[in-house]
Amino acid sequence: MILWFSLTVFVLSCFIGYFVVWGVTPALHAPLMSVSNAISGIVIIGALMTAAYADSEKTEALSLAAVFLASVNIFGGFAVSQRMLGLFKKKDKK
Amino acid sequence: MIENEWLFLIYLLAGCLFILSIRGLSSPQTASRGNWLGMAGMLLAVDGTLLALPAQNHLLIFAALLSGGVVGLIGGLKVKITALPQMIAILNGLGGLSSALIGLAEILDGNANVYEVSVALFVGGAACSGSLVAFGKLQSILGAKFGRFPLQNFFNILISIGLLCTWIFFITHPSFFNATILLCAALAWGVLIILPIGGADMPIIIAVLNACSGWAAAGIGFSLANVALIMTGALVGAGGTILAFVMTKAMNRSLWAVMFTRLSDKTGALDSGEHEAKSGSPIDAAFILQNAHKVIIVPGYGMAVAQAQHILQTMASILSKKYNVEVKFAIHPVAGRMPGHMNVLLAEANVPYEDVYALENINREFASADAAYVIGANDITNPIARTDPASPLYGMPVLDVGKAKTVFFVKRSLNSGYAGVENPLFYAPNTVMLYGDAKKVTEEIVEVLERS
Repeated sequence: MILWFSLTVFVLSCFIGYFVVWGVTPALHAPLMSVSNAISGIVIIGALMTAAYADSEKTEALSLAAVFLASVNIFGGFAVSQRMLGLFKKKDKK
Repeated sequence: MIENEWLFLIYLLAGCLFILSIRGLSSPQTASRGNWLGMAGMLLAVDGTLLALPAQNHLLIFAALLSGGVVGLIGGLKVKITALPQMIAILNGLGGLSSALIGLAEILDGNANVYEVSVALFVGGAACSGSLVAFGKLQSILGAKFGRFPLQNFFNILISIGLLCTWIFFITHPSFFNATILLCAALAWGVLIILPIGGADMPIIIAVLNACSGWAAAGIGFSLANVALIMTGALVGAGGTILAFVMTKAMNRSLWAVMFTRLSDKTGALDSGEHEAKSGSPIDAAFILQNAHKVIIVPGYGMAVAQAQHILQTMASILSKKYNVEVKFAIHPVAGRMPGHMNVLLAEANVPYEDVYALENINREFASADAAYVIGANDITNPIARTDPASPLYGMPVLDVGKAKTVFFVKRSLNSGYAGVENPLFYAPNTVMLYGDAKKVTEEIVEVLERS
């Protein structure tokens, strides 16, 4: 049951992703890469869950490493995007 | 498993924010807001999750979260704009590795669905090692042709079959040890597949790796039955895949061809012996440019390497302000080493967004342009792509720079581009070659323009 529910969400989200990305202007494809990259850092939620419910130290260590990596991904991704978009905004005002 | 119902609401909200975030990138005016929406969504999702979790090891989790955040922030703020393709590659890799590690942790705990976790292990692992190789290539640690050997495709197919076998073995005999083997196989596969790819194919690879980090997150989402992960993973995965297809279409190559055929194996068939390329001096170029009504500038990867975007902007603004020339920039979809690479560099140099045109919007205008200034680009202007069905470039949409009255090619030499195909435009009667470093040549032109 839960699998069908998940699958529904998955497929519908693919369609949303498809249409939303077609709407992105080619000039902003580089920021699109880094924004979606930062967003894919959402795996951190999975890492947090496995870390909190870890049965052994080994699991905990693996999960904490995953939390760390995803965190780098999120912060790095958003920082890079912000800088890139700042470049585009700067001369818009001019 | 989390039972709190309010958490679902938070995840739903975060998902909507992510969609709006990408939606914001449809125009430069809303793009920055889009990024903030993305951050807000992430903050919501992470905070909500933290609140719902039991508080047994919060300290450790916070430590990991914070240290990762500091590393990411410093990296993201310190990295040079020129090193952005590498940065994005490496971040993709970290995301993939993170998914793979979660997959391992789940297997270790023994309550995971093997199919779903195997996707995360396989895709995440390949994305991680592939991104590292891409990083090495972009950082020029590994040469463009490094890692090519005879019978490579045959070998890669063999490796792919091997990976498939380990995957089946893992599905049928799930254990932590077998999961590690699958991860190692995926890591090796990622290295071997990406290793021979380089140069102009890089934008496609970056998009594919980006998609992979999304698919891997979705895989983890399935195994944890977490809506936020499934939704967001699918969003990123689909987005990256679309982008990869946009790029392949711009090169008229299939994803399969990018992965498994090597353009530069072939050499150009053009007989260059008969004609002579005409070369000119920056002074000649400055004279023609300042007397033109309309100039179209075509930047390529050579501009990025030479860091010539600032001086190029100076040249454009002198031409338009002092000499009343209409200056436009034409960008090919696959110019540079990542999607949108040229646009970022021009934005960095303060070139107005309105002066930068995509291929389909500017191609008609070359016929009415007095001069085209091609700086560090080659294959994306090659008319052979229209005329010679035998050429590896055939069918790729190119910029019609040859239709301009005069074409300037700023290049180091007559060497062919990444595709290894000679450009007949170099020998056209209306073409003037400006040999030298892209930045130096443009600087010399600017000097002349300022003086006269």
